[in-house]
Amino acid sequence: MNQAPIDNIGISRGSLKSYLTGFVLALILTAIPFAMVMSRAFSPGVTLIGIFSAGVVQILVHLHYFLHLDTSSAARWNVLAILFTLLIMIIFVGGTLWIMSNLNYRMM
Amino acid sequence: MTPDATAISATYRAEVAHPDTVAMQTFGFWIYLMSDLIIFATLFATFAVFSRSYAGGPTGKELVDLTYLLGETLFLLCSSVTYGLVMLAVHRGKKKWVLLGLVVTFLLGLGFVSMEIHEFYGLVAKGYGPDRSAFLSSFFTLVGTHGTHVTFGLIWMAVMMGQVAVKGLTSPVQSRLMRLSMFWHFLDLIWIGIFSIVYLMGVV
Repeated sequence: MNQAPIDNIGISRGSLKSYLTGFVLALILTAIPFAMVMSRAFSPGVTLIGIFSAGVVQILVHLHYFLHLDTSSAARWNVLAILFTLLIMIIFVGGTLWIMSNLNYRMM
Repeated sequence: MTPDATAISATYRAEVAHPDTVAMQTFGFWIYLMSDLIIFATLFATFAVFSRSYAGGPTGKELVDLTYLLGETLFLLCSSVTYGLVMLAVHRGKKKWVLLGLVVTFLLGLGFVSMEIHEFYGLVAKGYGPDRSAFLSSFFTLVGTHGTHVTFGLIWMAVMMGQVAVKGLTSPVQSRLMRLSMFWHFLDLIWIGIFSIVYLMGVV
């Protein structure tokens, strides 16, 4: 059977450089929220914003450097699919929180 | 009209030989991952609703050991990177490096699952099982679903080690390794949401 590397894998391939860049960025973005929580140097509000921002950026780093999502034509449908999923997720999570907090308020 | 077996097998071979087959399989698997993402979104929404429903039981602050959590996080992150290196070895056709990388990734993933099982065991032993409060029910469901995914990823990885060792890096094996890489990176991505929202935000 053919053992040659497959050419068309649907998305781009990544290189040693991209994985290592992603690794270093992910380490930094993991260290920031842990340090903020462990040191207790910031107010809870600032810490929550810090955790949330670092999390979002780290997810983007993983999508780009590990799952190879970019603006290339090979990844276009993958990007469209995840954007649509993101829309559904926002409706699910936002809608759930909205309805349940409203219900909670009215039951009080 | 009954389709005859040779015709089916010929069609199958033609499909396998088609230059876009792997790209289509990759995209199909991506769609599966998106549906999995929606499962996690609903579990995150449930957790968010119950995140303060302690029912007199323990709060997030009392349960989370940050150093332990950092250990779990690093195990999973490192395994994600080593799997990336496995894929680089696959594209270069280096079978021995692929196997070595899979073993390292497997052990790191096993480290993560073992730590999580130990954590769950400790909680249940203290009487803080999923039956204690709505907060703990949603906690165990969300984190447990992720842990189950990682466990199945490990089983898949063990099977792929066997396939690489026995069959070598054939096109179907490469294609499966590609999909496992997406699954594995995806699970690390979900973990970012879990350690940020469930653990860190629960401690603040």
